Amino acid sequence: MHYDLQPLLLSLKLALVTSLILLVIGIPLAYWIAFSKSRLRYVVEPLVSLPLVLPPTVLGFYILLVFSPKYFLGHFLESAFGMRVAFSFLGLIIGSVFFSLPFMVNPIKAALENFPVSLIEASYVLGKSRRETLIKIILPNIKSALWVGLIMTFAHTLGEFGVVLMVGGNIPGETRTASIAIFNEVEGLNYDTAIFYSLVLMMVSFCILTVFYSLNRKQFKIF
Amino acid sequence: MNTPQGLGELNVDLNIDNGDFITFYGDSGAGKTTLLRILAGLTNPEQGYIEFDGQVWFDSQKNVNLPTGQRKVGFVFQDCTLFPHMTVRENLRFALTPKASVDIVDKWLDVMDLKGFENQRSVNLSGGQKQRVALARALVNEPKMLLLDEPLSALDIDLRLKLQDEIVSIYQKTKIMTILVSHDISEVFKLSGKIFIIEKGKIVKSGSPQEVFVNNNLSGKFKFTGEIIEIIKEGVVNIVSVRIGNNITRVVATDEEIAGLGIASKVMVATKAFNPIILRCEKCDSS
Repeated sequence: MHYDLQPLLLSLKLALVTSLILLVIGIPLAYWIAFSKSRLRYVVEPLVSLPLVLPPTVLGFYILLVFSPKYFLGHFLESAFGMRVAFSFLGLIIGSVFFSLPFMVNPIKAALENFPVSLIEASYVLGKSRRETLIKIILPNIKSALWVGLIMTFAHTLGEFGVVLMVGGNIPGETRTASIAIFNEVEGLNYDTAIFYSLVLMMVSFCILTVFYSLNRKQFKIF
Repeated sequence: MNTPQGLGELNVDLNIDNGDFITFYGDSGAGKTTLLRILAGLTNPEQGYIEFDGQVWFDSQKNVNLPTGQRKVGFVFQDCTLFPHMTVRENLRFALTPKASVDIVDKWLDVMDLKGFENQRSVNLSGGQKQRVALARALVNEPKMLLLDEPLSALDIDLRLKLQDEIVSIYQKTKIMTILVSHDISEVFKLSGKIFIIEKGKIVKSGSPQEVFVNNNLSGKFKFTGEIIEIIKEGVVNIVSVRIGNNITRVVATDEEIAGLGIASKVMVATKAFNPIILRCEKCDSS
């Protein structure tokens, strides 16, 4: 019986990288949607939630299309950086980032929309800039929402299947994440291996989520 | 601006001398808070001109709008706006400009009687303590103007009286131009030099507290302000219970006298036609 932990490690790596990227992208995006006066936000807001509606395989297919070397973006990436999106870990990251975007942006956006305006105004009156107010006043008081976004994104990415299958191509060591590996083993009638992977994935996920949730409890809870 | 009756218009034209302590007085929705916020730069009027100490803060015609942070005003909001994730000391330190000395924080902790609380978060403070911190935070940067938006209205009367005294003493020490928004007659009487009464978005009266509130037809020997808490009709007269400070006084009034008045109406209770008597009072409350 060959138990290979690589798919598990790949899943964890993907989830971690995706979550961190989305934290960096998600906060400014959520801030813009919540506070911008531009009408563009009425278009961007539903766009952000679109991945919730799309079948993961469809999303994966769109990504393959957009980044195909036949078209500009894919061609540019390949010639300038030697990077290929299809069947690569990079492709998985791109797919996961789009797919989990609403899971990070929406809780943060909700927290920002419900944030007491008077606290922000108090900071502005004291002469602080928007950036300083965001970093020193707003973010420390929405830690709960940030954690929720992180937890949801991480969990969601760990369990991803459709996007990973379409974009990744099931390449061992590169794009064969745990979810794909389990599917593989079931298809190949290797139920024992499949069960092993499933159990380990569940236990690891459960432990990580438990840690995240308990850290969230110790954070400063507000509103 | 938003009023209880819907969207209203704020139309105001006034001149205030630097160093004055003035009050905007009026009912809710009259426009006093909006006016204060416009001065602070938190809200912008559609049209207007604001100049302070030779500096133009707002000019709608020339598209000038100095951001609130650059107007160097101190603002105390009506509800608690202490930053909840910071201690008292951190709240005050946050307010300081980068160049200012940290000792200023200690000085204000002393002045506002907050020593011992400096490492507490606002959630652990009482209402009075919170507003003292809010005041200190507004003053720590030595602003040119202090704007107080009904800062004491959420406090009970004893605390309110005490903090009123503190505000007066701060004003006397710093001589900072102060604008107070209040709907409490007694507070306004006590604290300010000049009052602007705002009704439905317009200034209807201005002057010293005496000029503005006292109805000169009444030449009584005592005048107290209070609010009606009960009216009981007894035969041809009404027994009106009025809360004055922490005391309740019963006054007999005819139907004509109480026409238009009801529970919570602000009234003035005065004596006339006889000499008051003076009695020694050992257990009298100072309020």
